[in-house]
Amino acid sequence: MPEDATTMGDEDVLRAPLVLEYPFKRTTGPVIGAFLTALREGRFIGIEDDNGKVLCPPVEYDPASGASLTKLVPVGSEGEVLSWSWNQSVRDGQPLDHPFAWVMVQLDGADTPMMHVVDAPHEAMATGMRVRARFASERIGSMDDLLCFEPVS
Amino acid sequence: MRDVAIIATAQTKHVRAATATNEVEMIQPVIQEVIERSGVDRHGFDFTCSGSSDYLAGQPFSFVMTLDAVAAWPPISESHVEMDGAWALYEAWVKIQTGHADTALVYSYGKSSPGDLPRVLSRMTDPYYEAPLWPSSVDIAALQARAAIQAGVTSEQAMADIAYRSRTSAAANPFAQLTSSAQPSALMDEEYLADPLRRHDCAPITDGGVAIVLAAGDKARSLCSRPAWIRGIDHRADGHHLNFRDLTTSPSVSIAAEKAGVANGPIEIAELHTCFTHHEPILRSALGLGDDVEVNPSGGPLAANPMMAAGLIRMVEVANRIHSGEVSRGVAHATGGHALQHNLIAVLEGEG
Amino acid sequence: MTDTTSSQPAPIEIPEGVWSQPAVNMSAVADLESVEAVRSVRAFASMTYDYTPGLATTRFLRAIKEKRLVGERCSETGKVYIPPRGVSPVSGLPTTEQVELGLDGTVVSFCVVNLDFTGNAQEIPYVSALILVDGSDIPIYGLVREIPYNEVQPGLRLKSVWVEDSELTTSFENIKWWAPNGEPDVPASDLADYI
Repeated sequence: MPEDATTMGDEDVLRAPLVLEYPFKRTTGPVIGAFLTALREGRFIGIEDDNGKVLCPPVEYDPASGASLTKLVPVGSEGEVLSWSWNQSVRDGQPLDHPFAWVMVQLDGADTPMMHVVDAPHEAMATGMRVRARFASERIGSMDDLLCFEPVS
Repeated sequence: MRDVAIIATAQTKHVRAATATNEVEMIQPVIQEVIERSGVDRHGFDFTCSGSSDYLAGQPFSFVMTLDAVAAWPPISESHVEMDGAWALYEAWVKIQTGHADTALVYSYGKSSPGDLPRVLSRMTDPYYEAPLWPSSVDIAALQARAAIQAGVTSEQAMADIAYRSRTSAAANPFAQLTSSAQPSALMDEEYLADPLRRHDCAPITDGGVAIVLAAGDKARSLCSRPAWIRGIDHRADGHHLNFRDLTTSPSVSIAAEKAGVANGPIEIAELHTCFTHHEPILRSALGLGDDVEVNPSGGPLAANPMMAAGLIRMVEVANRIHSGEVSRGVAHATGGHALQHNLIAVLEGEG
Repeated sequence: MTDTTSSQPAPIEIPEGVWSQPAVNMSAVADLESVEAVRSVRAFASMTYDYTPGLATTRFLRAIKEKRLVGERCSETGKVYIPPRGVSPVSGLPTTEQVELGLDGTVVSFCVVNLDFTGNAQEIPYVSALILVDGSDIPIYGLVREIPYNEVQPGLRLKSVWVEDSELTTSFENIKWWAPNGEPDVPASDLADYI
């Protein structure tokens, strides 16, 4: 006899693993492409707005005015932590395989922070701390080229 | 402008995991209930609009499947937003304003339990700079919370107080998922989930849905003894990139509140889409709410947080209290994106 | 077919002012101009879900493991849906009455597939059809085999061809394909409501 909908318990309902994959390739355009090119070279660039403020990572348009931004400028590989949170349980795909800190880090020469991670003990984390970039030894021109930041001792 | 009101509402009993049902089976009883409550014929709605996201349950085009529940064959006038249902309500409100509809059915739902929701929500970030790092929604909220604490907008103690107040308020909400809380002092002794956030600072992961009926003018008056009139509604977005925003304030909320006319009269209650405790002080400040305004008497999203529905539920909770005569004027807020990026504000009023 | 002997088509001219992104000024980072620029990134994402099909589809899949096809009836129109999702799209009401269907069906519509979408799983050309299972009111997809592709037409009567009984699972893949059952064709006029 067919089972009755009103009496079917959760344990009777079928379940199956389902994996969805999005294997996209995205074009970068000249601005993001330049940032990733710089990462591949082991350094950072930003983009200057009309007021001389440097946005890093760079974007194509001023987020406030919408004006086109074009002037790429060098930015340092060290910076200051403006905000941080602690990531105790690492999820698939995250930059490190052990607990780490998420940070908003403002690189020297930039006027805006970028989100990334710091490889340091929980107790070492503090707003205002100085960090430097740790790059991958083999770089291909992607965000993976920047492994993480680490405290400047 | 046409007068438009919420005339009927219904929502699920929100749960951590509605494993027995698929999405249409989960939302159908709520849609049936709101239709019966509204007095509009099941096949008589001028417009239907829904809100949901396929990413939550990993069910491509799940909104097409749930259209079965609104009797969408033969074809009806219908639309969908890949957003919280509050924006589906907004689209329906616009449709009624254009004169192409006098009644509208709006529903939204989220079944987050099949996936790892905080990880799924990482896909909302910038695809070049942020998404490759897979930051979870909790990780990003924690960065915002730290910034807010540093700026003196809130404190871990104040956040624990908000968690306690929200979940004890929810004891009176028959639809809520979490309806009790340890004392704030005990909450403060708990381990961090994502320093500076503890588990109590985060809204739960919830499966559930909500439905409402909108009607215009005399139609609303004929169907509902005390309609909840939408006196103002507006939505604004802050920038997508977290790095260009001051995460401790919400300019988009302030602008939307002004456009919606929040300050044009006394606010008795506010239902705010606070997915994290620190959102409440940021929103209170941006909305210009006084300390006397009761926030989230339902418990809010900290007590039940069905993604894509929790924003529309805020409007439902205000509307229900207007329908009952409990309050005459309230504000509802819905949000989308990370760290309060996109915000909708609605002012609801009762007459007489 | 694409003519691969000709050169690439000329770039599309975009009218001035319609769309433009100004060239970047690299004077301050001139050394980057001498290296190959990154133009694209792989943005791979994978997410795992614990999928549950719900009550009605579970009932359907449990029946199919027993080599039965079970639809569900709309309480308002009497129409029988397969595979059931739990709600009638015409009434918006739950379907709660299960209906035992036949294991034969009728071609409502079909197409002949000449492209290898399946990675050699199917020999091309093959026929993909909409099949109205006996006792139901909405057609389902199925492969039609054991007949030359150019002899398939609407109205063709079919039987379902199943995997061995020992291989039955709670999967729609239990039906390997459909094949002619030898009965006379159904007149097209009888199928008008199902196209």
